[in-house]
Amino acid sequence: MAGPGAHGEAAVHGAAAHAHHDPNIGTTGLDNRKVGMWIFLGSDCMFFGSLIGTYLSYKGKSLGGPTPAEVFNIPLTSYSAALLLFSSLTMVLALDALKANRIKASAWWLFATAMAGLHFVLNQVYEFAEFVLHYGLTLHTSLFGSSFFVLTGFHGAHVTGGVIWLLIWVGLAMRGKLDPRDYTKVEVAGLYWHFVDIVWIAIFTIIYLIP
Amino acid sequence: MATQAAFMPGTQTKAETGLWSWITTVDHKRIGILYGVSAFIFFLIGGVEALIMRMQLAVPDNTLVSAQRFNELFTMHGTTMIFLGIMPLGAAFFNYMVPLMIGARDVAYPRLNALSYWIFLSGALFLHASFVFGVPPDGGWFGYANLTSKQFSPTQSIDFWMLGLQILGIASMLAGFNFIVTIINMRAPGMTLMRMPVFIWMTLVVQFLVVLAFPAITVALILLMFDRFFGTLFYAPAGGGDPLLWQHLFWIFGHPEVYILILPAMGIVSEVLPTFARKPLFGAPFVIYSGITIGFFGFGVWSHHMFSVGMGPVADSAFSVATMLIAVPTGVKILNWIATLWGGSIRFSSAFLFSLGFIAMFTMGGLSGVMHASPPVDLQQTDTYFVVAHFHYVLFGGSIFGLVSGIYYWWPKMFGRMLDERLGKWHFWLMMIGFNVTFFPQHYLGLIGMPRRIYTYAPDLGWNFWNLVSTIGAFVIALSFLTFLVNVWRTQRSGAVAGPDPWDARTLEWAIPSPPPVYNFAVVPTVHGRDELWLQKHGDEHTGGKPVPRPPAATAADVASIHLPPPSYWPIVLAAFMSMMMSGLLVSFILVIAGGLLTLWSMYKFAMEYHRPPAEAH
Repeated sequence: MAGPGAHGEAAVHGAAAHAHHDPNIGTTGLDNRKVGMWIFLGSDCMFFGSLIGTYLSYKGKSLGGPTPAEVFNIPLTSYSAALLLFSSLTMVLALDALKANRIKASAWWLFATAMAGLHFVLNQVYEFAEFVLHYGLTLHTSLFGSSFFVLTGFHGAHVTGGVIWLLIWVGLAMRGKLDPRDYTKVEVAGLYWHFVDIVWIAIFTIIYLIP
Repeated sequence: MATQAAFMPGTQTKAETGLWSWITTVDHKRIGILYGVSAFIFFLIGGVEALIMRMQLAVPDNTLVSAQRFNELFTMHGTTMIFLGIMPLGAAFFNYMVPLMIGARDVAYPRLNALSYWIFLSGALFLHASFVFGVPPDGGWFGYANLTSKQFSPTQSIDFWMLGLQILGIASMLAGFNFIVTIINMRAPGMTLMRMPVFIWMTLVVQFLVVLAFPAITVALILLMFDRFFGTLFYAPAGGGDPLLWQHLFWIFGHPEVYILILPAMGIVSEVLPTFARKPLFGAPFVIYSGITIGFFGFGVWSHHMFSVGMGPVADSAFSVATMLIAVPTGVKILNWIATLWGGSIRFSSAFLFSLGFIAMFTMGGLSGVMHASPPVDLQQTDTYFVVAHFHYVLFGGSIFGLVSGIYYWWPKMFGRMLDERLGKWHFWLMMIGFNVTFFPQHYLGLIGMPRRIYTYAPDLGWNFWNLVSTIGAFVIALSFLTFLVNVWRTQRSGAVAGPDPWDARTLEWAIPSPPPVYNFAVVPTVHGRDELWLQKHGDEHTGGKPVPRPPAATAADVASIHLPPPSYWPIVLAAFMSMMMSGLLVSFILVIAGGLLTLWSMYKFAMEYHRPPAEAH
């Protein structure tokens, strides 16, 4: 966060518009925080890529225990996937409302997004519990158990982190600390949220739908 | 991280001193010095570990250390030198030099930068805490499964190693995000990508390698953690798991890591050689594109570390060809460095000598590397001292020579005083001779069959003489670094004052006082070319030999209007709670939960520190 001149040509317009131009806009005309989030998401792609690769390389190599076809509850997981997809829409609506300075609407949409995410996580808890209690599939039953729980568990942890992040924004809005100046910050949270959503589409397709 | 403050309240630029000012600093220059000092201390620790190993191997049937102790020594030597020595020494230069060389006042996220350092230090201390508890890691620096399983490593030694590396990985990745954004988005006006100094380019490539390669080892370590703590089967052959999964994940990280270690040194050499030859870097765009190509191919050669596991002729051939290909851009760079010297008016300073040493030693290491690119040759050489010689020629002869060159080059900028050139040359020649005496015979030892990682050997194998020679060489290296420490001590007491530009150098960091003021540039320069300061002083053929305009002199009002982020204690608090959570995994689950909640809370406080300008704060 440097002083006035630490930015490139693109920042000059900003300087004309405000007494102090936005210190987050840099050489490329992009916001530092957005560029940082994009780089982080690129890195996170490698993280999930490694976990999905692990799952695929062990697919069908379990020595025993229930098989994926026996335990997967496709209707329930489809519902979860739909929830996450729907929550990407509410996230966009929250941003749209924030831009228009409709703070209350924005807070409600953020809350709806967080609740859809929470519902997804609770579905996952239910799914895990059913696998463990009903099918006897645990972390150490088989390679399927190990690689399935670790992969989807880390995705669930990502969703949980996103829910906490969104609820913090809701809390800030309730205390009057959310306004259009925060647009980029909320947008960064939104980028993360959409990414987690997209990763789920990959996991749902590769792990649940492809036999 | 992403909710970094939009509003940074301004504080004026007063020189702060004292311990608290270092703990709460967010100044990239101070964080660079913290990285440098920490890295050098760990470098010395890793060096002492190496000396003990060389003493043990000086004579056959030696009993100085036990086999178990020897395992611990080579594991910690490798881990320390890679993660706590070379990487953070590179980080010291990234921190100190990147903003200066691109004409910025700080990095994109100053507090995140401090956080990276404190997490790095936590990870390093965590790893070394294993000595206090008497269970140093002993599974080798690449910790092959399933040696690291509970069955074969029942103590907590591997736990310290895997959790320590996880913490260090977080620090590296956070720094990676920070430097990518800084380089992409914080350049001075006029500094297009192709006008960036080559060191900045190599830094950018390294940071992309870090953020894309570290997730693979993070996953490998997470799977190991689940195997050890929660009984999963990832690396357990009894449950159908395949230990090769570890090798693949590890080397998908591990080979880019090799370039993470060498590219910073290549960047330094690309700055030092033009300065002391008084010529622009020959074919600089080729050096830049070669660096990018190396980074790209670096992700496609990992299995050449695994020829001996038997992957089949197709995989062996593919990785063999890719490995030979990656030597091409490296060779291009070496030719460019040599061509830079051609016809230059060369000053043989210490920094220059170390860069020259880098070219020679790294070329030798590169050549033995191309030898292992051939699977049949590799099968002869793998796990012998030939490989030990090879990677010390690239990591010591390459990375360390380059980084030491950077120390001699940039010391005057960082501390305002010149390192003594006579002692510097002693350092260079002792290191050059000691290094070759230590590691050249290891090629021969490997070829006549000495395996790596053995703690002793029988007297009738023909290995005695060259092992003794190698040990003597190691002590000459130690002496060379002793010379360096004497040099530092004398320089701080009575070194010549450097002035802003003692080398008649080429890039922006030399345009400002030594050491730089806290705000770096009173007036941010407009950049006209890759060697901006040289253009300001001398011009070049494109400017018709006329200098380009210098930035206007700073007024008091310029300086008064500079806003810098104030110090913050949240980085160290957050790092402390995160370490508490990680340590909890070795102690009690309650500590994990408490540490996790406190981490979340301090992340919130960190993010909210500058949610609004202070005028609106409640």
